[in-house]
Amino acid sequence: MSVRTLPLLFLNLGGEMLYILDQRLRAQNIPGDKARKDEWTEVDRKRVLNDIISTMFNRKFMEELFKPQELYSKKALRTVYDRLAHASIMRLNQASMDKLYDLMTMAFKYQVLLCPRPKDVLLVTFNHLDAIKGFIQDSPTLLHQVDETFQQLTEIYGGFSAGEFQLIRQTLLIFFQDLHIRVSIFLKDKVQNSNGRFVLPVSGPLPWGTKVPGLIRTFNNKGEEVRKVEFKHGGSYVAAPKEGSFELYGDRVLKLGTNMYSVNRPVETHMSGASENLAAQTQESIAPNPLAKEELNLLARLIGGMEIKKPSGPEPGFRLNLFTTDEEEEAMICLP
Amino acid sequence: MFRRERSIPLRGSAAALCNNLSVLQLPVRNLTHFGVVHGPSAQLLSAAPEGVPLAQRQLQAKEGAGVSPPLITQVHWCVLPFRVLLVLTSHRGIQMYESDGSVMVYWHALDAGDASLVQAVFARGIAASGHFICVGMWSGQVLVFDIPAKGPNIVLSEELAGHQTPVTDIATEPAQGQDGVADVVTADDSGLLCVWQSGPEFKLLTRIPGFGVPCPSVQLWRGTIAAGYGNGQVRLYEASTGTLHVQIDAHARAICALDLAPELLSAAEDTFVHIWKLSRSPEGGYIEVEHCHGECVPDTQVCGARFCDPSGSSFAVTGYDLAEILRFSSM
Repeated sequence: MSVRTLPLLFLNLGGEMLYILDQRLRAQNIPGDKARKDEWTEVDRKRVLNDIISTMFNRKFMEELFKPQELYSKKALRTVYDRLAHASIMRLNQASMDKLYDLMTMAFKYQVLLCPRPKDVLLVTFNHLDAIKGFIQDSPTLLHQVDETFQQLTEIYGGFSAGEFQLIRQTLLIFFQDLHIRVSIFLKDKVQNSNGRFVLPVSGPLPWGTKVPGLIRTFNNKGEEVRKVEFKHGGSYVAAPKEGSFELYGDRVLKLGTNMYSVNRPVETHMSGASENLAAQTQESIAPNPLAKEELNLLARLIGGMEIKKPSGPEPGFRLNLFTTDEEEEAMICLP
Repeated sequence: MFRRERSIPLRGSAAALCNNLSVLQLPVRNLTHFGVVHGPSAQLLSAAPEGVPLAQRQLQAKEGAGVSPPLITQVHWCVLPFRVLLVLTSHRGIQMYESDGSVMVYWHALDAGDASLVQAVFARGIAASGHFICVGMWSGQVLVFDIPAKGPNIVLSEELAGHQTPVTDIATEPAQGQDGVADVVTADDSGLLCVWQSGPEFKLLTRIPGFGVPCPSVQLWRGTIAAGYGNGQVRLYEASTGTLHVQIDAHARAICALDLAPELLSAAEDTFVHIWKLSRSPEGGYIEVEHCHGECVPDTQVCGARFCDPSGSSFAVTGYDLAEILRFSSM
């Protein structure tokens, strides 16, 4: 499929990962002076996000990422995020990492599926980058790195045709095919059904460039309109108010890709259907398939650019159980 | 009015491609064949009239160099004068099989050269015209294969240059025999339509520009071109002149499939399938369109739709992530 999909996949999934980590670390937030040795403070949280963002936007890493290439396998991509999550002093157990990845993936799948136009996936990416910049306001060098990535995105994707974006969209959807993990926040907001499928609304704003359905216009040989008839199309759509901005700064208009875990909303990043997860995955990921040789080489080049931080303090203090209500989650009945 | 009939289960869900459903009607044998692309594999199955599945087979894209298994872009039955071939296009090449998918009779590898390093390389867009099979390319070229009445001696007869962007779909109708009468239409990612007359040498009759909005699906019937666009519009043109006759603001998202005979079926990512009645006005001779029926497939990004019988009284639909073929028939 499209050989220009990996940067969009990586940056958006990375963005979702940061949203979740930020929210979970805040949920465990303890005032600095009251913190025990094994508890997370605001300073710790900012440091974790800083370290991960710095690794994500490392120049050498970005260079590799932006080369035209096929998408990695799901396994290879998961390995990249395992390493990324551990680019800070934070240590996640396997269960936490699994849940984090599932949450990230389902969130981006939702965003891609609901993008009104294929080109809007770029706006989703910009929303993630805008939020990432919000996390590193006090680091001018990091901000500069993110802005550079922004420029690269604009350079490469700015001139893409609608057809090329449609191919990118199809490539992403094929990557996310058959993933139906139920996510608590999505179920609660009624954007996902209990069978794991996302709700596709038949109302609301139209994609930029699409007219409200319902009109049939007939023309004669001279190009003059000779008849105009309306029909009932079944939905309830309105024209888009304006187009989102593709500039470095601007109103993206689209809300997809913004932080749905932000402080204003009381949110649980709960997961259900952990066992369904396995069943829903394709044969490819269940079978014990070693990574193909080419993938390993690509991975090595990519991760070569990453610096894995070793925890300097006593290990137990930096271990993080992302989702503390595991028991409750496991006990949740998953309806078929 | 249409009612929902029994669905046909699929082994694998349908991929988010356009024109992702091919139907071969075999009324004599009381069978209908369905073809759906899952990803690296395509599923063929045959069903009895009530939708009871009878036999199924999976075909894989032929392997080649690369990191991941090659993906199939389209599967389509080509009805030729003396035989029916099943054609599969992928990111590696073109595979042609006997109609039940049992034997591969021809393989054409894509000659990408260095192109595959910077852009996606694939074949897409399949249609039969007389004893030719036309297949579109990522480069915009359309390959024309000459198919013998039987056997594997398939020959690449011509490479048509008309498009600059990847071909999306090809539509044909039986040749009228007269000179200058269009029987092949090719569409691409920029929305450009090229109208051809088939023959030992294909002739480009006219071009209909698209202004950057992709045309993922096109149909040709009785001299009328029906084209579906990425902005949800369906447009009807006079094939011989390229004149626009009807413009329908039909859907809220990109159209993914059209079928025509004699009614027009349009399906899009907005979860809707619409049926339109086409007629020629007695006075002006121009085409008239009337909306007949709209069906919402809840929460499903439709990716394929076809009529299942010649009168258009039943149709089938596939959707992204859906592991079944939905069927509807008129009451």
